[in-house]
Order: sequence, then C-alpha cells, then structure tokens
Amino acid sequence: MNNQESILSVKGLGIDFGGLTAVNKFNIEVGKTDIYGLIGPNGAGKTTVFNMLTKVYTPSRGTIIFDSKDTSKMNSIDVNKAGIARTFQNIRLFANQSVLDNVLVGMHNSYTYSAFDAIIRSPKFKREEQANRKKAMELLEIFDLAHSADVPAKSLPYGAQRRLEIARALASSPKLLLLDEPAAGMNPVETEELMNTIRFIRDKFQIAILLIEHDMKLVMGVCEKITVLNFGQVLVTGTPDEVQNNPEVIKAYIGD
Amino acid sequence: MILLSSLINGLSLGSIYALIALGYTMVYGIAKMLNFAHGDIIMVGAYVAFFASFSFGLPAIVCIILAIVACVLLGVIIEGLAYKPLRQAPSLSVLITAIGVSYLLQNSSQLLFGSATKIFPSLLGNGSFKFFDGKLSVPYLTILTIVVCVLIIIVLQWFINHTETGRCMRACSEDKGAAQLMGINVNRTISATFAIGSGLAAVAAILLCSMYPSISPTLGSMPGIKAFTAAVFGGIGSIPGAFLGGLLLGLIETFSNVFISAQLSDAIVFTVLIVVLLVKPTGILGKKISEKV
Repeated sequence: MNNQESILSVKGLGIDFGGLTAVNKFNIEVGKTDIYGLIGPNGAGKTTVFNMLTKVYTPSRGTIIFDSKDTSKMNSIDVNKAGIARTFQNIRLFANQSVLDNVLVGMHNSYTYSAFDAIIRSPKFKREEQANRKKAMELLEIFDLAHSADVPAKSLPYGAQRRLEIARALASSPKLLLLDEPAAGMNPVETEELMNTIRFIRDKFQIAILLIEHDMKLVMGVCEKITVLNFGQVLVTGTPDEVQNNPEVIKAYIGD
Repeated sequence: MILLSSLINGLSLGSIYALIALGYTMVYGIAKMLNFAHGDIIMVGAYVAFFASFSFGLPAIVCIILAIVACVLLGVIIEGLAYKPLRQAPSLSVLITAIGVSYLLQNSSQLLFGSATKIFPSLLGNGSFKFFDGKLSVPYLTILTIVVCVLIIIVLQWFINHTETGRCMRACSEDKGAAQLMGINVNRTISATFAIGSGLAAVAAILLCSMYPSISPTLGSMPGIKAFTAAVFGGIGSIPGAFLGGLLLGLIETFSNVFISAQLSDAIVFTVLIVVLLVKPTGILGKKISEKV
C-alpha cells in the first residue's frame, strides 16, 4: 500500500548461521494499518525473519526501520517498548499463570510502580493494578476469554490458547503485531473466526499486522499484500491475486 | 510437656530453615540454578550484625537493618559478577561457580575476622513466656521467630502472586525467552530474586544466631545444606513447599534430637529426605514435570 506511510521498512536484511545463509536480501514495507502476509514453503526462513525483527537473532546485515526508529541495534526488550509484539508458532504462554496474569505480563511496560509501592500498597499501586486489570479484562472480553480469566492458561483449549497469545501480545499496545502461524491446528470454523478477529484487531486498534501462515484460504482472504519467501530470499511481493497467479510461486510450492 | 516444648522448638528451628530455603527455592525457580553460596550469605549477615553491635554499639534495629542491606547488596553483586556472565553456560559450570563463591566467602571471612568463634550479642532480647505454672517456658525469641517467618511467607506469597514484579518473576520462571519478548528485563528480574533471597537470609541469620549465639566463618554451611534439603523436601521452586519443607525438617530434627538420639538427629533428617524423594521425586509440593511427546 503505497498510499500510506509505512510503519516497518526493512532493507537488505540477512543472517548467517555459521556458513549457512538462512535469510538474505530481505526487503519489506509494511503500511501503518496493513494486514500483510509472509508466506513460503517450509524452511524458507519466515520465522527467522520474525526472530530478527524481534531481536531473538541479531541480523548479520541490513537495516530495520520501525516507526522512524532504527531498531537494528536494539535488544528485544527495547523492540517491544518501541511497539512490536508477537505470538509464537508453537504456543509459548506462561502455562501455569492465570489467563488474566498472562495478559497483565503483556502490559509490563505500562507499569510504573516500584516494588516498594507494592509492599506498602500505595495508592499508586492500587490505581495502576486496577486500571490495568480493567484494560486486561476488556482485552479478554474481545477474545471471548473473560469467563476463564482466573484459570491457568494451560487448561484452555488449543484455539483459546492461540487467542490468548494474541491478547497478550496486544496488551503491550503495539503498533505492529507479528502473528506466527496463528491458524496452525485450527479447524475451518476457527480459522474463519480468526480471519474476522484479525480484521477486527486492525480496525479497532489501527495497527499493522504481519502474519506468517500456511493456510492459503486465510492468507488470501485477509491479507492485502503478500511477500513470498523461498530459500531465504524474497521470491515475489504483491497483492493476493498477483501472488496466486505468479508462475514462480506455483513452482516454489509445487515444484517443476 | 516435653512434647509441647519440642513442638514449639521444632517449629521455630523449622521457621529459620524455611526462611533460608526460600532463598534457594526462589533462585532455583527463576534462575534455574542452585546457589550454594546462599548459606554463606547468612554468615556474612551474622558478622555484619555482630560488628555493628559489638564494635560500634549501634542499636539492635540498626544492626538488623544493616545486616539486611549488606546481604541484599552482596547477593546482587555476587549474581552480577559471578552468575550473570554464565547465563548461557551449562548448569554444571554455574553450580561449580556457586561452590567457588561459597568457599571464597568462607575463606575471606576467615582472613578478615579470624577463625575464632565469637559470641553473638543478644539483639532480640531474652526472657520467656511461662505456661502451666512455669512448667513450660517458651522464650520470646522462639515465638518471634515463628511469627516473623509466617508473616514473611504470607507477604512473599502475596507479592509473587499479585504484583507486577511477582508476575515478571513467574513469567521468567516459566519461559525466559517469551518473557524477554514481552519486554521483561530478565536480568533485572533475576537480580531482584537474589535481592529478596539474600534479604531473607539476613533475617534468618539474626534469628539463628540469636538462638545459637556463637558465630564462625563456617556457620552458614550446615544451616545452608539443611535449608537446601528443606527446599528439595518441599519441592524445589515452590514457595509453600519451602515453608512446609523447612517446618517439617525442623520438627523432625528437634524430635529425633529429644526422643531418639542427639548424635543421630542429622542422620535421621537426611534418611527421611531420601525416603521422601524415593516416593515422590519432585518433593512434597513439587510440580510434576511432564514431558511433551
């Protein structure tokens, strides 16, 4: 979407693991309220790109400009503060904590009270806890999880755990949400709901969403722009229609 | 009567073990390491209180606060200098480092303070409650120890479960990588854990040395080992487990001391530990570790 300002601008991103170049010359421009898909065959380097954006890995080359700030040299804590939140391919909730606590942990950056405030239960402590709890419950409401706020996250059904991961990521009030295979393991009905949720998040929070997904129905149905990754390099970037009809893409997925 | 007094003494000794065990269990739960230097933090706390009182004649409350502050600082410094650089190292390296730190503290204090035993001043007062026409006499200190321990456990449990720092600690204990990606400063959280554990060790030091008022550079090792045992006994990583483990250990030790044999009491304590671990390898309140297939 060139008619709007971009929130994320990545140029020439690359990373080597020993002698192996996992991702190379990766470019992407994500607009402020884009729903953007990152697809490609298994092992193409999609999650590696997410890990570089969130600084789990330090890129070997390239620049990441996020919200007019250069995040290439930041650590993952500062990247989170800058406004990038993510979910994980294999769910990584804090399984023994309650559903509500998971979201409150996501709000980490909006807490300002000290441990001392907490011990003496100062007004500041009570005010912040109350405000954040209210906000967290609103988020849980959106994701239809409010009724199970107090149960441990691990006792939720699979689909609900995926929704909770999104809620936890949104709790940090990000400007860019990275979803790593949000539909993995979901049935067609749940996937349909997820598509609506993704659109709803963008419309309600006015944020950009970059998602990795293998479910083509979801990707083609919800994404406005798609980048196809193959062997660590960008194969093609375009609208769902352009990508679907691109012979290179068909070749990468199906083979010759 | 002897039964009742043994029960009270056991609970009081157990409370001290519980306070020390909290340090082991919290650090293990969050940093996934065994801090074998924890016992020696007690020793440092005892010496700080001793010198503050004996050499400078400071009032008891100041001595206690100084000991707590010194231990908190020491705990955070040890963590930052010795353990933090090894965050990615195999756990065996960290364990060996912790043992090294333990000897460093013991030997430095031998060098600085001499190896002779010193008499710990009575900071918490003497005197006792009399029950049943004076047939049962319970020192104030014994009751104070139990009350302090129970209060600390309640506050700590609340702190872990209902405050931001506590939530971060629990998050780090479950998944450090994910916690970091939620913006949590894992290093700072681990430092905070060491600070709390070491502060509790200082409180335990004051209580322990008021009960057994002789201090030497190796005074921390035996209570340290026993408290570690208590933490494992109760289920390492669990705060209520450390409390329960500490109390049980104190009771078993006191009862076998009184009713079976004073020489054998430690042997009996550790035998019970072995039996418990055979029956329930994760400790009494330990979580079952289920492997995902």
